[in-house]
Amino acid sequence: MYVAVKGGERAIENAHRLLAHERRGDRDVPEVTLEQISGQLGLAVDRVMSEGSLYDRELAALAIKQARGDMIEAIFLVRAFRATLPRFGATEPVDTGDMQVRRRISSTFKDIPGGQILGPTFDYTHRLLDPQLAEGHVPEWPATSDALAASMPRVTDILGRDGLIEASPRADGDVPVGDLTREPLSFPADRDLRLQNLARADEGFLLALGYSSQRGYGRNHPFAGEIRFGEVEVEFMAEEVGFAVPLGPVALTECQMVNQFKGSATEAPCFTRGYGLAFGQSERKAMSMALVDRALRARELGEEVLAPSQDEEFVMSHSDNVQATGFVEHLKLPHYVDFQSELGLLRKLRKEFEHADGLPDLQEAAE
Amino acid sequence: MNAPAYNFAYLDEQTKRMIRRAILKAIAIPGYQVPFASREMPMPYGWGTGGVQVTAAILGPSDVLKVIDQGSDDTTNAISIRKFFAKTAGVATTTATAEATVIQTRHRIPEAPLHAGQVLVYQVPIPEPLRFLEPRETETRRMHALGEYGLMHVKLYEDIARFGHIATSYAYPVKVNARYVMDPSPTPKFDNPKMDNCPALQLFGAGREKRIYAIPPHTSVVSLDFEDHPFTRYRFDAPCALCGAGDSYLDEIVTDDQGGRMFVCSDTDYCETRQSQGHRGTESAAPHKENAHG
Repeated sequence: MYVAVKGGERAIENAHRLLAHERRGDRDVPEVTLEQISGQLGLAVDRVMSEGSLYDRELAALAIKQARGDMIEAIFLVRAFRATLPRFGATEPVDTGDMQVRRRISSTFKDIPGGQILGPTFDYTHRLLDPQLAEGHVPEWPATSDALAASMPRVTDILGRDGLIEASPRADGDVPVGDLTREPLSFPADRDLRLQNLARADEGFLLALGYSSQRGYGRNHPFAGEIRFGEVEVEFMAEEVGFAVPLGPVALTECQMVNQFKGSATEAPCFTRGYGLAFGQSERKAMSMALVDRALRARELGEEVLAPSQDEEFVMSHSDNVQATGFVEHLKLPHYVDFQSELGLLRKLRKEFEHADGLPDLQEAAE
Repeated sequence: MNAPAYNFAYLDEQTKRMIRRAILKAIAIPGYQVPFASREMPMPYGWGTGGVQVTAAILGPSDVLKVIDQGSDDTTNAISIRKFFAKTAGVATTTATAEATVIQTRHRIPEAPLHAGQVLVYQVPIPEPLRFLEPRETETRRMHALGEYGLMHVKLYEDIARFGHIATSYAYPVKVNARYVMDPSPTPKFDNPKMDNCPALQLFGAGREKRIYAIPPHTSVVSLDFEDHPFTRYRFDAPCALCGAGDSYLDEIVTDDQGGRMFVCSDTDYCETRQSQGHRGTESAAPHKENAHG
């Protein structure tokens, strides 16, 4: 005798209880703290802040802990929280030229005003597993020197002074910048919305697209004009007091790619730009973003759109990992009503096929 | 750390206003997909976020909410969404179709006829009926604007040429108010006729795809077909094994690994109501045509 399935509610509660137990791991081992996650898994926190579009190290660390280290789940947690926050307004544009630089490199010039500053980087480390790190290793204190008094102009600004690179478009202060979390996206999308989409986009997706553009799927011949990482001050124009109020520093990684030329009968040829910006130290993300931003400017620069990385509808519709993971994973939900309908159709088609070919009915033959 | 506080039915009032404006526009243009600024919800995209946002925007404190998935009130996702609104809005919930003022559904339309004053909220994964024929939104929007639906008819014709039938068994396209071709969400085509001239308001929410569309009460909804290949409903030809209903859509339950099957109502409220009225089925694997020989 068959009894219809009941008790789903208890099953869900028990599953969540089990999840909480598994999340905790061995109870004899101390629990990880948010400070440990934020301090020792800092790049994970940076990624969750970037793709979660919320600059809050503590909440990002909490999300990583709650998600058991599943980055996309953590990003999702942060996004869902962010969606409930009220908006007070938009800040003043941050000036990355004024950044308190912790790392700054250019691959286009051997030396640049302010110098090349390696900062904390995996670059040039030999990727040998370090058993010392397993436990109790106390690293040396970092080398220090006096802070440079010299300013650190952006490499693209240096190129820009001679007109060798296209000017950065100046924002019109009276026109509000687009926000795809508040207004539904429509195509074709302007660059502000494209950059917002890319800033929130999955790092792996952008990495693959950027990589494909380097391998010939789309015209892209980039140089890393500059990558800089450090803190910038965020300011908010408070109408009541009449001046911009500093809200505090945020850590940013900015990448400016220098790409091949545009030019016309009336315009001298010049390099073009691809731009990437991410919270925290997220170099792979910022570089991939800059490659894809440049590829997506194909229409604007009169290039033929042939490759996936140049196709804004393709890129923007599939870049968001929270959307992507939801729809892929929704296949776990019951589909038995549709499946039943498909089964019915398929059985009917098979029956007709058997009869049409004059073959014996397979089920009768089985008897 | 600031403990987050949430508004009635989770969404803030500005967001609800934005969604209500989209709903009003959708009602004014039956079958037209209205873009809206879908929010990240605390459940994943693809799991009913569009329906949840529509429900959150229309729910009032005196509403009575029913949530079904695959026709059932007891499937895991239906439970999860019902609990979400019981918690965030404190509204009364029910499993009885007739008692509900708002019914959120995934993949089914209840068997019991809906009445005036009720709202049926569908969860929609892919709102664009032309999507699998034309992947680009810029193109499909143009096709809708021009009423250019030849591609869809060619697809249905090709089905007939290849299979002898229109090989679409769920999410079967309909024409609303003699204007827009619309995706009814992945309901089995058995449910399509229930949408036509329905006294209840039907709202469709697609969260990930950021679209809302609607069928106002008493609007014509016609399943696409051809004169010589008219639209037909599909239902497995058996009575429900639990309540004996001969008019309800059936789930196929695999009872053993020897080919044993039984068929029961997918609409659990319909089935339970009938059973409480004394209707009985065979309550065991009935000797259906397909396994009678087994």
